[in-house]
Amino acid sequence: MSALVEIREVSKAFGGVQAVTRVSLDVTKGEIVSVIGPNGAGKTTVLNMVSGFYHPDTGRIALEGRDVTDLAPSRIAELGVARTFQNIALFRGMTVLDNLMLGRHVHMKSGVLSSFLYWGLAQKEEVRHRRRVEDIIDFLKIQDLRTRPTGSLAYGLQKRVELGRALALDPKVLLLDEPMGGMNQEEKEDMARFILDVNEEWGTTIILIEHDMGVVMDISDRVAVLDMGQKIAEGTPDEVRANPAVIKAYLGEPKASAKEARRG
Amino acid sequence: MGDWQFTVLLLSNGVLIGLMYSLIALGFVLVYKATDAINFAQGEFVMISGFVAAAGLMVWGTPLWLAVALALGGMIVLGFALERVMLRRLIGRPVIAVVMATIGLASILRGVGPFTIFSGTKPLPLPIREEPFLVGPLFIPPIQLLGAGVSIGFLAAFGWFFLKSRKGIAMRAVADNQQVALAMGINVERYFGVAWAMTGIVSALGGVLWGNLLGVDVNLALVGFKVFPVVILGGLDSIPGAIVGGLIVGIVENMAAGYIDPYVGGGTKDFAPYVLMIAALMVRPYGIFGKKIIERI
Repeated sequence: MSALVEIREVSKAFGGVQAVTRVSLDVTKGEIVSVIGPNGAGKTTVLNMVSGFYHPDTGRIALEGRDVTDLAPSRIAELGVARTFQNIALFRGMTVLDNLMLGRHVHMKSGVLSSFLYWGLAQKEEVRHRRRVEDIIDFLKIQDLRTRPTGSLAYGLQKRVELGRALALDPKVLLLDEPMGGMNQEEKEDMARFILDVNEEWGTTIILIEHDMGVVMDISDRVAVLDMGQKIAEGTPDEVRANPAVIKAYLGEPKASAKEARRG
Repeated sequence: MGDWQFTVLLLSNGVLIGLMYSLIALGFVLVYKATDAINFAQGEFVMISGFVAAAGLMVWGTPLWLAVALALGGMIVLGFALERVMLRRLIGRPVIAVVMATIGLASILRGVGPFTIFSGTKPLPLPIREEPFLVGPLFIPPIQLLGAGVSIGFLAAFGWFFLKSRKGIAMRAVADNQQVALAMGINVERYFGVAWAMTGIVSALGGVLWGNLLGVDVNLALVGFKVFPVVILGGLDSIPGAIVGGLIVGIVENMAAGYIDPYVGGGTKDFAPYVLMIAALMVRPYGIFGKKIIERI
């Protein structure tokens, strides 16, 4: 069976800076794949190419065998790719519920004019989507936040709402850019739990970027390692952990390696 | 006439005229809310709609409904076309680029109207009675009553649209963060087009109403300048702000005309709203209802 997401030899340069060089990665349906690497390794650039925010200079990206390399991000979202952002990107001044309902946008059929003219149709649609959003609210245990404006929520909860909004798209592929960035230990554990549950309950394929090695190794089926725009390793968490190139690139300085050696 | 009656009269006229300012300001707010673009051609949108409607009635001899439909249809097409041809290319450029582009557009429209449709001043008669209603001390011209009614209707409709309808909320999402809206599968450019078309609709109605009140020629565009004190006072991105701002400007104008003009020989009516605007900019630059944006430095 071919991969759900195929990333083939993609490269991207910004001005003179080669951000990503000939990176390939296949992600099979139902997998959780983490992309790790030091800062500036090109992880977010790869994610931005998959979600259509950047288009690769060379190489191609396919979703379910279909070439999506040059599609607009809104088209890629319609095809079933949802994402979260590194910095919280909730719509401010809107409630949690409105944010989640916006996640249903791709599934809403009625247009601007018909929302004025056929109010009944829009209402019927609203009820159906609201039901799905309520499932997600229950799933993420944010029942009492429905009508809260997102700006008033604690950081960890905002991240959770952003995950919920991405889930509301009913995505085939979920791209998470540092879902645990800036969280405390407890919040990280909650988030890791949710990611695993999403994967288990709905079979959602997940590609995530994360810096917390412990979490990455715990929840990933496979890990790809980028360094200076190139993929230097790929494999199961154990394989990657044992890979000398990874230890050198990722942990960097000898001091850290020594610590790692002592521990292991 | 007693003092209080005079005041009430000024107030009521201010309210009615103010609501007609609100209608035009709504056009400005719609575009700003959805696309962050400041439209300096709002008055010219109103003017060109007036030209189309007046030409329909007075030159081409169409019935009123067709003349209004032409103005509406023309403005919707113009709105979509402008977004497509001009404004889409300016996305992500500095604000000044859009400002200059719309100022240029304003001049072009001021030229194109008389050049292609008709020159000179034409009336835009509407089939409503001309004699004012006299209610107690009030003196209410029917056109202003109609204008106020249309304004309230549209302000309510758009208020509902942005607050309650999913498409309106999506449009707010586009205004808030285009990147994230794209990730939600929202076709940002289509919403930009819709916002400009909505402005076209509001401007077309404004053109018909103001055209009836003032007559249609290039000077009809001047009514657009009143939009600036309205939106600065109310908030650039706020529909309730457009209402309140319009009311303030209408009332201030009438009060100035009633209480100050007689002593100084006239003219304060025309600039009083701008004095208030400048004062407001110094005290509360985001308007009464505007979003207070805290820039991170």
